[in-house]
Amino acid sequence: MAKNVRIPTPLRKLTNNEEVVQIKAATIGEAIVELQSRYPGIKERLVDDNGEVRRFVNVYVNEEDIRFLKNQQTPLRDGDEISIIPAIAGG
Amino acid sequence: MNNEQGFMRALKCRECGREYPLMATHVCEFDFGPLEVVYDYDRIKRTLTVPAIQSRPNSMWRYRELLPVASDPTVGLQVGFTPLVKADRLAKRLGIRELWIKNDTVNYPSLSFKDRVVSVALSRAKELGFDTVACASTGNLANSVAANAASAGLKAYVFIPSDLEQGKILNSLIYGATVIGIKGHYDEVNRLCAEIAGKFGWAFVNVNMRPYYAEGSKSMGYEIMEQLRWRVPKHTVVCMASGSLLTKIQKSYQEFIKLGLVPETDYQIHGAQATGCSPISTAQKAGLDFFKPVKPNTIAKSLAIGTPADGFYALKAMKETGGSAEDITDDEIRQAIRLLAECEGIFAETAGGVTVGVAKKLIAAGKIPANASAVLCITGNGLKTMDAVNGHVGHPREIKPSLREFEALVASDERWAGRQD
Repeated sequence: MAKNVRIPTPLRKLTNNEEVVQIKAATIGEAIVELQSRYPGIKERLVDDNGEVRRFVNVYVNEEDIRFLKNQQTPLRDGDEISIIPAIAGG
Repeated sequence: MNNEQGFMRALKCRECGREYPLMATHVCEFDFGPLEVVYDYDRIKRTLTVPAIQSRPNSMWRYRELLPVASDPTVGLQVGFTPLVKADRLAKRLGIRELWIKNDTVNYPSLSFKDRVVSVALSRAKELGFDTVACASTGNLANSVAANAASAGLKAYVFIPSDLEQGKILNSLIYGATVIGIKGHYDEVNRLCAEIAGKFGWAFVNVNMRPYYAEGSKSMGYEIMEQLRWRVPKHTVVCMASGSLLTKIQKSYQEFIKLGLVPETDYQIHGAQATGCSPISTAQKAGLDFFKPVKPNTIAKSLAIGTPADGFYALKAMKETGGSAEDITDDEIRQAIRLLAECEGIFAETAGGVTVGVAKKLIAAGKIPANASAVLCITGNGLKTMDAVNGHVGHPREIKPSLREFEALVASDERWAGRQD
């Protein structure tokens, strides 16, 4: 079994409009590399020149923000659900 | 002039500067940076003059050129122009020379500053052809979307954390909106709504309508300057949830200075949070320009956003203006709500307590000098968060309908007062 990544609307042009893609990576960092190899151009949208996740990109593993986990070292297990979501305004 | 755009020119990414057409979209496709409305200030300057503004109705729409709608607004025409109250009794208690309260507890129709952002978002949503509106909310925004959508004949879905104050829940249900309670805190509601907004073709006021919505907050700043007889206040204290209001107050001051409506002066904008959810004030006090997300735990539920979307820009605004930030505990929030009520007759919600309590702390620390003048932005009404003070304000004293009992009560009070002297 693999891990599912939910692709947000602004990035779907890169994934041929796929909403969910399956990956094999063992960490978030590896997941970004794997996505880049399949969908060239997606990496620079997610991380900045220093390799840090961009400050307006939020990444969640099973609904938990990776900044509360181990950031890019956050381990992934089979069946995990990864979401990539832009930061949104207050209410 | 392009009729489709009014005084707007484009949407522009605050991070990389890429421009986008004026549609219902909120993030840069490249780096996910927030999009902001860019205006044609040269054209605005020709019609937005002091006499022109003064000739218009007393609502936030008297600054219409600086609000992002293409033609005349259609929702929330009576919103804004709330009182700016000179708060002499509170000034004395806080130890400052001059103090003003911008009182959005009485904003129309839903008793919080959110009516400002919602009237812009819904007017723009109608221009763009939407018939259903939605929001992710800590309560006040839900109330405002529900109320304004009802009067505009729009369908409304509001998403809130399910543990909100009863008052805030009822104040959404009464208008006939579909209210969805999410078992989680606001940041989780927000995440779900970002995903829902991608699937359903609705106008989500703080998701795909955010560039327009957020601009509505500027009207609070415009009004403050006009009510101070066309000047920028030296100190402004603003509560922070996502941090958006603080950044828009700064933008309003910058715009009026740029348009020559007020003299150019130095000013400081200070940010207020609750200690139980203080990612922005913690970063400011540590001198950082980025924040660490937190899991909120505070009675100030309207400010309980652990991952504040405009946190970076709020930190930048405080740094640029030389402002500071502070946070206070739940007990201090309750005390500050009472202090404002007892001194000025204004019953604010928990967020207002945060603003007053933080102002007190900043004055005591000399970060707002005692001989200065300050404006406190009070954003919501205490009748909506009664749970927060219930049990902390005493009880009515019950007597029989008998004059003798009342006289005995007064006499006992006088004896008690005598003992205290």
